Amino acid sequence: MRAPVRTMASVALAAAFLLAPVLPARAIEDVVPPHRHWSFQGFFGTFDRAAAQRGFQVYKEVCAACHQLRFIYYRDLGALGFNDDEVKALAAGYEVTAGPNDQGEMFKRPGQPSDRFVTPFPNDQAARAANNGALPVDLSVVVKAREHGPDYVYALLTGYGDVPKDAPKDFKLQPGMNYNAFFPGHQIAMPPPLSDGQVAYADGTKADVPQMARDVVTFLSWAAEPEMEARKEMGVKVVLFLIVLSGLLYAVKRKVWRDVH
Amino acid sequence: MTGAPAMLDNKLVKWVDQRLPIFTMMQHSAIDYPTPKNLSYWWNFGSLAGFMLVVMIVSGVFLAMHYTPHVDYAFASVERIMRDVNYGWLIRYIHMNGASMFFIAVYIHLFRGMYYGSYKAPRELLWWLGIVILLLMMATAFMGYVLPWGQMSFWGATVITNLFSAIPFVGNWIVTLLWGGFSVDNPTLNRFYSLHYLLPFVIVGVVGAHIWALHTTKSNNPLGIDIKGPQDTIPFHPYYTAKDMFGVGVFMVVYALFVFFAPNLLGDPANYIPANPLQTPAHIVPEWYFLPYYAILRATPDNFIGSWMGFTLVPAKLAGVILMFGSILLLFVLPWLDTSRVRSARFRPIYKWVFWLFVICCAALTWAGSQPPEGPALWVARLGTFYYFFHLIVLMPLIGWFERPLALPKSIAEPVLSGGKA
Ligand code: HEC
Ligand code: HEM
Repeated sequence: MRAPVRTMASVALAAAFLLAPVLPARAIEDVVPPHRHWSFQGFFGTFDRAAAQRGFQVYKEVCAACHQLRFIYYRDLGALGFNDDEVKALAAGYEVTAGPNDQGEMFKRPGQPSDRFVTPFPNDQAARAANNGALPVDLSVVVKAREHGPDYVYALLTGYGDVPKDAPKDFKLQPGMNYNAFFPGHQIAMPPPLSDGQVAYADGTKADVPQMARDVVTFLSWAAEPEMEARKEMGVKVVLFLIVLSGLLYAVKRKVWRDVH
Repeated sequence: MTGAPAMLDNKLVKWVDQRLPIFTMMQHSAIDYPTPKNLSYWWNFGSLAGFMLVVMIVSGVFLAMHYTPHVDYAFASVERIMRDVNYGWLIRYIHMNGASMFFIAVYIHLFRGMYYGSYKAPRELLWWLGIVILLLMMATAFMGYVLPWGQMSFWGATVITNLFSAIPFVGNWIVTLLWGGFSVDNPTLNRFYSLHYLLPFVIVGVVGAHIWALHTTKSNNPLGIDIKGPQDTIPFHPYYTAKDMFGVGVFMVVYALFVFFAPNLLGDPANYIPANPLQTPAHIVPEWYFLPYYAILRATPDNFIGSWMGFTLVPAKLAGVILMFGSILLLFVLPWLDTSRVRSARFRPIYKWVFWLFVICCAALTWAGSQPPEGPALWVARLGTFYYFFHLIVLMPLIGWFERPLALPKSIAEPVLSGGKA
């Protein structure tokens, strides 16, 4: 009874194994996104707070319609420079399902700082159903989960356009898909999410597409590595300490070995 | 060699020692242990590997307090460690990069042994135990990489466990046993977690035997000649304790640079995508320390060993698996493949260069393993694989046979006296 299952499984896996090295040959080569300067790169880089706050606004008003951010809590926003009252107010702006209560029923209540970011869809199937069958990925770690991280996401968000004239003959945009110069395979189910003036920044920054892309990438980079600033700060101290320690240990070694020759 | 340990002056210490001589043993093996006085810094990597083993176990035990081995929660539990556990990111990055640092230390340690002929009599068992440690480490690291249940965790596990199905007759049975079912799934994750926790302690045991054998045969040294008397040695403490501590300091600087400033540099970004059994990643690539073997695995042409007249003697996949495991197992017979009577490459004018070709060959295989097996990378993998085996099976016996070694120094204490003439 089980034998056919086993055989099928083995065949499928053997095929996966044998085909895996063959598959990457795509219709169009992947493009390496141009490198950009980001405030959070380098040994002492930090997140540009103003940009991250604006980026949060872009996420909240645009991306959150489709993408979840399931590893982030409202309380985490404190790290971006929002104060406690602002975080409370932000969270309260959402409705969360809680419960069950004493009657065994789920109920709605305003969000609290200790809640996770609310999700746009109840489950992946609903998300797919609303997006032409494609799943809008969770954005919590997406910057860490792609080669060239922030450069790639920026290029993706700004890389929409018409199919170029020099595209290979066999390249055909599937119905419901969009051309993107940086998405692997160049067809993406996500419609161009950004357009000029889509959000109104409180600080008066002009909200054109490149600006919004930069801001939201800064925000998502923070979301992917909220520990980054603490990590680098500690790293500088640890490395300096270890260098001094190694120097001292070298002196000890020299002293101990003085008489050996 | 020396009298009663000074610490036995303490009554309590003495009381314990008379019933269980652990202080005498410590004195004997960590303090008095006579060590060649001419060891170079290449000899630091043994203690560095030991240091990394301790770091891995300590950081691993703390990770295990917060990790959830279930396909639905594993990825999220690792993210929770990164975000919500106090200093969880630090513990995880120490563990994640620690695996790489462990392999760096062990690989340098191993090449050191090959250069100075440390595997030759009377140290064959010491060498064997070292290879056993390497194999156990590989199994441990492989299973550890599955735990965060990212795309590479899942697909790496799928590809590697599937290799066993190439073994004739029992292959499929072994694969089902590894999976605990009919594909990589929750039972696989659970058994890998259990074994990932267990194997490091098995490694501790084998390391104990490794050091026991070392203390029996004593350390080799850059000259590769035997210890002739007390004038050739110095006590392990304080000389080598001081030197090893300095080594640990420098090693930790490099380690810390990775942990704090480039924690994901050595990893594959795809492992931050949750595992999805329905979506094969474009490139399935293992961690860097497995790349040479991965290159060897995929180097065999379809018609490698006899595919005449529609009859396949050894299928390409099986050949790849044999070569891959063979590349390590062959190291067990290295002491007999090497026919030279001289240990240290310093006195072997030909082998000295051929050794570096072998190192370059391993580096090339590492590169080839990171590329899709096509075009130039495939040819580098094939040439590299060929040279790897050619070096071990043909060059090692041959060079030892026709090479004329330089004159060996009389002793460690007076290397110049005799090294100059003759
Ligand atoms: C209308 C829904 C929708 C909106 C709004 C939207 N996305 Fe998407 N996004 C998608 C879908 C669907 C996919 C999956 C695309 C695919 O697999 O073809 C996607 C994929 C992505 C990816 C992953 C690409 C990859 O390499 O796999 C990123 C990054 C992304 N979106 C970022 C954003 C950002 C940032 C915003 C806000 C500025 C945003 N998206 C707004 C639907 C949306
Ligand atoms: C020989 C020593 C060890 C090696 C080489 C090793 C290697 C690894 C590797 C490569 C990973 C994947 C890291 C990642 O990509 O996230 C991992 C994860 C893990 N290891 Fe180990 N490990 C060792 C010892 C231990 C021990 C002794 C324990 C438990 C006591 C342990 C517990 C864990 C846990 C819980 C994880 C999952 C969390 C994570 O992925 O970060 N490890 N290990």
